[in-house]
Amino acid sequence: MKYQSRKKALILLADGTIFHGKAVGETEGSAFGEVCFNTGMTGYQEIFTDPSYYGQLMVTTNAHIGNYGTKEEESQSDSVKIAGLICRNFSYQYSREQADDSLENFLAKSNLIAISDVDTRALVSHIRDNGAMNGVITTEVEKLDELKKQLAAVPNMDGLELASKVSTKEPYYFGDENSNYKVAALDIGIKKNILRNIASRGAYVKVFPYDTKFEDMAAWNPDGYFLSNGPGDPEPLKSAIGVAKQIIEKDKPLFGICLGHQVIALANGVSTYKMHNGHRGINHPVKNLLTGKGEITSQNHGFAVNREEAESNTELEVTHVHLNDDTVAGIKMKNKNCFSVQYHPEASPGPNDSLYLFDQFIENIAKAN
Amino acid sequence: MPKNEKLKSILIIGSGPIVIGQACEFDYAGSQSLRSLREDGIETILINSNPATIMTDPSMADHVYLLPLTTKSIIQILKEHPQIDAVLPTMGGQTALNLCIEADEKGIWKDFDVDLIGVDIDAINITEDREKFRELMLKIGVGMAPQATATSFLKGKEIAQEFGFPLVIRASYTLGGAGASIVYKPEDFDDLLRRGLEISPIHEVMIDKAMMGWKEYELELLRDKNNNVVIICAIENMDPMGIHTGDSITVAPAMTLSDTTYQKMRDLAIKMMRSIGDFEGGCNVQFAVSPDDKEDIIAIEINPRVSRSSALASKATGYPIAKVATKLAIGYSLDELENQITKSTSALFEPTLDYVIVKIPRWNFDKFEGSDRTLGLQMKAVGEVMGIGRSFQEALHKATQSLEIKRNGLGADGKGYKDYDQIISKLTHASWDRVFVIYDAIQMGIPLSRIHDITKIDMWYLRQYEELYMLEKEISTYTIASLDRDLLLEAKQKGFADRQIAHMLGCYESEVYNKRTELKINRVYKLVDTCAAEFKAMTPYYYSTFEAEIETPDGTRYVENDSEVSDKKKIVVLGSGPNRIGQGIEFDYCCVHGVLAAAECGYETVMINCNPETVSTDFDTADKLYFEPVFWEHIYDIIRHEKPEGVIVQLGGQTALKLAEKLSKYGIKIIGTSFESLDLAEDRGSFSTLLKENNIPYPEFDIAETADEALAVADKLDFPILVRPSYVLGGQGMKIVINKQELEEHVVDLLRKIPNNKLLLDHYLDGAIEAEADAICDGENVYIIGIMEHIEPCGIHSGDSNATLPPFNLGEFVMQQIKDHTKKIALALNTVGLINIQFAIKDDTVYIIEANPRASRTVPFIAKAYGEPYVNYATKVMLGEKKVTDFDFKPHLDGYAIKQPAFSFNKFPNVDKKLGPEMKSTGESILFIDSLKDDEFYNLYSRRKMYLSK
Repeated sequence: MKYQSRKKALILLADGTIFHGKAVGETEGSAFGEVCFNTGMTGYQEIFTDPSYYGQLMVTTNAHIGNYGTKEEESQSDSVKIAGLICRNFSYQYSREQADDSLENFLAKSNLIAISDVDTRALVSHIRDNGAMNGVITTEVEKLDELKKQLAAVPNMDGLELASKVSTKEPYYFGDENSNYKVAALDIGIKKNILRNIASRGAYVKVFPYDTKFEDMAAWNPDGYFLSNGPGDPEPLKSAIGVAKQIIEKDKPLFGICLGHQVIALANGVSTYKMHNGHRGINHPVKNLLTGKGEITSQNHGFAVNREEAESNTELEVTHVHLNDDTVAGIKMKNKNCFSVQYHPEASPGPNDSLYLFDQFIENIAKAN
Repeated sequence: MPKNEKLKSILIIGSGPIVIGQACEFDYAGSQSLRSLREDGIETILINSNPATIMTDPSMADHVYLLPLTTKSIIQILKEHPQIDAVLPTMGGQTALNLCIEADEKGIWKDFDVDLIGVDIDAINITEDREKFRELMLKIGVGMAPQATATSFLKGKEIAQEFGFPLVIRASYTLGGAGASIVYKPEDFDDLLRRGLEISPIHEVMIDKAMMGWKEYELELLRDKNNNVVIICAIENMDPMGIHTGDSITVAPAMTLSDTTYQKMRDLAIKMMRSIGDFEGGCNVQFAVSPDDKEDIIAIEINPRVSRSSALASKATGYPIAKVATKLAIGYSLDELENQITKSTSALFEPTLDYVIVKIPRWNFDKFEGSDRTLGLQMKAVGEVMGIGRSFQEALHKATQSLEIKRNGLGADGKGYKDYDQIISKLTHASWDRVFVIYDAIQMGIPLSRIHDITKIDMWYLRQYEELYMLEKEISTYTIASLDRDLLLEAKQKGFADRQIAHMLGCYESEVYNKRTELKINRVYKLVDTCAAEFKAMTPYYYSTFEAEIETPDGTRYVENDSEVSDKKKIVVLGSGPNRIGQGIEFDYCCVHGVLAAAECGYETVMINCNPETVSTDFDTADKLYFEPVFWEHIYDIIRHEKPEGVIVQLGGQTALKLAEKLSKYGIKIIGTSFESLDLAEDRGSFSTLLKENNIPYPEFDIAETADEALAVADKLDFPILVRPSYVLGGQGMKIVINKQELEEHVVDLLRKIPNNKLLLDHYLDGAIEAEADAICDGENVYIIGIMEHIEPCGIHSGDSNATLPPFNLGEFVMQQIKDHTKKIALALNTVGLINIQFAIKDDTVYIIEANPRASRTVPFIAKAYGEPYVNYATKVMLGEKKVTDFDFKPHLDGYAIKQPAFSFNKFPNVDKKLGPEMKSTGESILFIDSLKDDEFYNLYSRRKMYLSK
């Protein structure tokens, strides 16, 4: 074996800053997207396949990525969803008996462009100080001028509807059809582990495309409704917001996660906004205001629910807050069977501290029956 | 109400003298804890018998008791301070916990109405009683290795019959795995079982089926009164199960754990901590994971206290575990506390790293002649180093460069093993240098799969090694002129030292340095901030790395550096590196005081050290902390970056001192005594000339560089002759020989171990009394801070001797000679700062054995005994801020203070425990006695007679 030097590659940010690095593997070309970072030290495969990250160039802050390869069952959707990967050290060789492939092959199958050897810490500080912005990662280091032009034409995440890009085209079922309950899930970017968590608690899930009408979901006669996580700005999701309003009106048990949580807020007339650089990691502290207890949560969102509006809304109660910046992490409706959280209780990746929320959802369904 | 308002006065128990398995990490924990209580306006009372600690400084607690760690002392303290509301026993290791249990069993806490905080007795009992612990784990559904308890020899035999071999014996209620062993063969079982039963205070051993080769992990947890639990750090052992974690190379974050398995482990850890009892504070849980596709997790043990690993985890993450654990113990909840690093986010969170740390233990087998050097279940390391880098390879390299064992990193120094059988044997029987041997094995072409079969080290690590070797091979095909920027940058990013690259290219280190400076491949400094830069952090805790370039829109290229240099005048203090015999916590004590004194003088202070156990590497100690190897290249780059007024080398022991020459050569100012004087004192020839000129007697001596020369010298000097190498620590290789044959053997042996050394041969003053003096000198005046007399006669290393302050039987005439000589020598050496001089006294004549113009092991002891801040004074003198005459010296001591060495021989069953000129003790304690009629003194003194009669 011989030491292998890698080809040059770089990241060009919308503000003109360039971070130099090396191309991972053989995949060549350019990839555009919003540059965001995730601080998790485990769970790269889960992150890369999470539909909520659709269209984003992912900076992983952990020093090494790829050490334990990939394993099909740990994917959170059927393909890689990030637009590109930026890391410090990429492990071409992996070590794990359970793994079925290397991360290099896993990414290559999706033709994903990845770059390593970047000063990711400097890049994260840059985004932290200047806010999330678009960028391009490229192995075509000679075509900078052209890339700059193309980058300028990439739309801003603010106002961008992306759920349609990741949602299922056709309804499908998940779980055991002889379960006690039926849950209708609106897929605006759903993660597999959410389905596993609902199904394992005795519910049969039917997953509907993002633009399904309430009537079509209700026709299945579900016991409860679920609004999933997903990418992009929640505001343009008029159809989903409408569905949420109707579920609430009928006072059917409803649970929302992440984008679904934002949709529920919007359905209640509470606005959302784009955060400076969002929350992405598996170490986010949340306080449950109902129990006074803390939980370490997995988070991944660039938009948030307006806290003032949520608090002054007579229908809503803020149930969870993020301890670092006091943003809204969870709400419930005072007089309706509806609650939602901004974070990811299904983990994968991340801690299992918040799995109780799924129990609560099933309890809510049980009570309503 | 956040905290428990009933707690107004708290007793903290320290960990006593340093022994293997319990080192200065507990000084770090205790100091943090005391500061943390003080922040909340709580009165603190401290008991610890170890004087060489920061925690026992008068400024650290309201009342400091330097007393033996016994229930008798506890009762004395509780009588004198009936106001004590609670005791916090979790900061002083197993020693403090054991004392706490003993006091509890005797009903002392109850008698004095003292609450136990930070732990509960049931939790300690459950975790220490392996049988109960096991029952509990199985009850809550946590897997354990098959195990059984034996309280008798016969029962033990039965169990072995059932389990088969290999199996593991562990003695209950012991420290650092004392009495633990892996038994591979039935014929070894009887002896090891007997030993385990003997060592356990309750004559109980656990016999486990050995989970050899399973992957080993440690998690550091914190819990508050609301039952919130966070994991501060997950540490992965590169050396799998079978080697004590204190003797393992460990890595954080975990490198080879998937999220699925890690989260399972996290859930188990939380469940375990909640199951053992109701307490608020820190906890350490150890797990093993099967390396096969099952990824089964079993629990190994849980420690309901701050541990060695929590000190490492604090330094690895920046999250001050002891400090926060203390706050939790007094009633705060995690969500009420702020992240100490960012000061803007919550303490209820789990730190995330954007770098890698590697810890390598430091062993001292050379001090334990005849010891079994194979690593196993019982900890044998005396210290540790930590390397921080932006990759595992860089961190590993930095850790190996921190060890001070004359290696420059992995490979590329021509020192590797080249014998196939030797390499295989060294891999099979893990010893101190296995971390290097893996590289040698790859270099030799031994397949990784074979190395993995033998060592069970995860393939991921072995491939990282392999890549390093491939890079070495690649670079070796270039010359300094032909090597391109990319490859050189990659080599630097992977942690290769300039010196190693020079070796590969066949050029000088300075050429590599110049080339990389030219190509703008410069070290940059990154922050340890708990949050991977997600939030802005205020804490000045840095490590170095090499990064790729960034280009601004106008085309300017730069490399980002987190460490901004202020325009204040600065002082760099060089730390003492890993603890080892002869250079321990005393020097860290000195460094910390040096830093504090320099700050008082208005300097910005910069600390450089690589020992994660210490107070000096607490980010609260210096204005800026560089957690870096005390290794030339790293130090020089920091100095070039910070541009300090000068560097203090005389507080960090031999580690710092030996860099003086190079610093001086590069025109960097050494604060205090100059390099020339340091060198003069070390050079026996010039030093004796100096003594002669000053009419000061010294034992006849000469220098030899070969055995022939040594024999010739022996003709001039009378036997016995003391032989010792120059520039060594703690009397390494020192021996008294009585005839030519012994002399020849020893000289040959020494020159083999330390080639090209100048050996010193002294006529040995048989039966002499030994004494030593420490003094502060400003170049004009000398103030002797203390004179100590050794109770054992000359010939026992000063570090291993019991000694009294002041001397117990030296007459006025002798004392005057000591004082005169000390003053004369200090001035003649142009000492500016501290000096330590050792004397041998025979027939009322005081001879000089050696002089060291630097802080010595005894300085902290004397400072504690007299209640005076001598290191602070000496630092101000060094800096030229003060003269000796500016201080108002007011030493106070009723009676005598005895320095008592502590040994760790129980970790080395077959070692010769006989004391001699080579130091073997690992720590010390202080004992105050009112008069020489004290029993303790009498005992020591009668043993002296025994030595003399030999």
